[in-house]
Amino acid sequence: MEKTSQDHSELAANFNKDEERVDWHDETLWWIRQKRDKNVHQLPEWETLREVASQIKNNVLSRLHIYLKQFEKNATYNGMIVHWAADAAEHNQIVLDLLQGRGVDRMVKSKSMLTEECGLNEFLAEHGVEVVDSDLGERIVQLAKEPPSHIVLPCIHKKKEEIGELFYKYLGTPAGVSDPQILTETARQHLREIFLTRKVALTGVNFAVAETGEFVVCTNEGNADMGAHLADIHIASMGIEKLIPEKKHLGVFLRLLTRSATGQPITTYSSHFKRPSLGKEIHVILVDNGRSIHLGKPDFRESLKCIRCGACMNTCPVYRRSGGHSYHNAVAGPIGSILAPNFDMEKNADLPFASTLCGSCSNVCPVKINIHEQLYKWRQVIVQAGLAPVAKKAGMQVMTAVLSSPGLYNSAGKVGRWVFKYAPFAVNNQLNPWYKQRDLPSAPKQSFKEWYLTNKA
Amino acid sequence: MTVGLFIPCYVDQFYPNAAIATLRLLEKLNVNVVFPLKQTCCGQPMANSGFEHLTGGCNRLFIDNFQDFDYIVAPSGSCVLHIREHLHDPEREILAKSVSHKIYELTAFLTDVLKVTELNVSFPHRVGVHQSCHGQRGLMLSQMSELVAAPFSKPGYLLSMVNGLQLVELDRKDECCGFGGTFCVTEEAVSVKMGKDRVADHLRQGVEYITGVDMSCLMHMEGILNRMGSKVKVIHIAEILNGE
Repeated sequence: MEKTSQDHSELAANFNKDEERVDWHDETLWWIRQKRDKNVHQLPEWETLREVASQIKNNVLSRLHIYLKQFEKNATYNGMIVHWAADAAEHNQIVLDLLQGRGVDRMVKSKSMLTEECGLNEFLAEHGVEVVDSDLGERIVQLAKEPPSHIVLPCIHKKKEEIGELFYKYLGTPAGVSDPQILTETARQHLREIFLTRKVALTGVNFAVAETGEFVVCTNEGNADMGAHLADIHIASMGIEKLIPEKKHLGVFLRLLTRSATGQPITTYSSHFKRPSLGKEIHVILVDNGRSIHLGKPDFRESLKCIRCGACMNTCPVYRRSGGHSYHNAVAGPIGSILAPNFDMEKNADLPFASTLCGSCSNVCPVKINIHEQLYKWRQVIVQAGLAPVAKKAGMQVMTAVLSSPGLYNSAGKVGRWVFKYAPFAVNNQLNPWYKQRDLPSAPKQSFKEWYLTNKA
Repeated sequence: MTVGLFIPCYVDQFYPNAAIATLRLLEKLNVNVVFPLKQTCCGQPMANSGFEHLTGGCNRLFIDNFQDFDYIVAPSGSCVLHIREHLHDPEREILAKSVSHKIYELTAFLTDVLKVTELNVSFPHRVGVHQSCHGQRGLMLSQMSELVAAPFSKPGYLLSMVNGLQLVELDRKDECCGFGGTFCVTEEAVSVKMGKDRVADHLRQGVEYITGVDMSCLMHMEGILNRMGSKVKVIHIAEILNGE
């Protein structure tokens, strides 16, 4: 993921320069949230399903070492080859070795947020390997040379006219064409050639079953299947938290995943991979990349329950109005804001503050991650680590002094409604950002306390 | 029953009428209300900004001021939630716990403790309710649109007792207004956009007033309404329920 020096609020302010676009982005994602609502309200057992899923994932996190070994044993028995990667670099090297060992310099890849996290495409490009993303949205952002802005809907920030321009530039459609039917058909033909000619296909993993040593990949486009079935070698990259204990648990997670993600009862394709076809290979790469350190943080380990549905993004009023790229992390939105500081707290110190703590994210989460509570806790950790802006810290100290002393509070109030001097509207006591687009409340003649002393005491 | 009245700092300073209405409403309902004069703030502005470690002074003050009451009532969901979840005192942890269990947001106190069934007031206007996130999702004053669960609303139940009040249905019934404490200045662009969108929803329904249990959200929306030059007013729910 490209590094940026701008923080979330600056990037979000840029995004907000085009208000019409913000409205369009907000309404598109809100429509998906509504689809989700409609769908989940058809299941009276929805809240029970969430609770069960949460408990299964808690069990997984508590016994991860056992399930990982069980999965490795069973997957190996099934004829798959299991690799272990401690970090992104090891993961990328394993993929490169597999490719180079066979003299392959072209690969097709279906959606995998883990490879975004690992920066795989960039790494392979540096080593002369061409990667084509086969998920339509991923392909579009790849052509635009942008990272995905959403984990389920990678190009949700792009309008169809912009996609038309990209296709005109790269895939030979006539200029000015933005009809989704034509664009999709063009992508289909373009990708078909890729599917037919690539010897190696990489996919992500939605669920890996410890009991049976199989894994499940969910897509709506069938692109993972096209890639994996036509290639000689299928590489499946998965974070170690993607395990579930038993096959029957898929009955819980597959019902939750797509209802939460897009408001569909289930993905069009839920493909099970258990053993390679004759003459072919399946490689599974189990990637840690900070997850076991994360697991050791009691306040934050629950975020490892995440099944990457994106519901928290669709519901987040901040995400909808700031766009995925404002989070400068492979995973954006509320869940990204609690995952990212585990990887790099300094670089992502702004993300837990990019929230009003409204709590909608925790309510839609299909595995009941306490997202907004973790945002609050990250704020404490980040400030304690000395990563708060200096001006903010000074403002907070003044405010604390005033609020900790009834005498100071009363006199500060008298000299001019201290709230606007110190908090929460003017944390750095400089030009007041509240006033840019909002009026200040008119200061009353008396505070309540003054009224009370006159009339009641 | 003696109730300690907690008036959040910004209500004390900017919206004394909401506080006066809260006091009078409780007194009308035969509650003995005491307003401890040495109170300041719940400490939330610091804590939500990541400075919870600076809230020791506020916490000690809060406990000192309110430990002796049967209940503590405040006209704010947000501040009550903060006390419920984050009031600590390393030297008096059990006492802190008992204080945080005694605090109620005003409407929840009316429906759950006083079990009010009639109010004899009127407010003949079109009114939109803003569900503040901390009141709704934090204190569960109303059912949340994300959950598959039976609907209810404590503020809505009380407003239904007000003669002539026409409650409107919003397109997005429980979206955040974007205030978010220091968020409103650190993320100015998104905060304002959220506020504008929330206000626009109420305006589409033709409201005359926007009410709610949290003055902070209302203050945010008021700032936007006034800048737009709108005649729509914000009013704390206590003022409607008190009927003056």
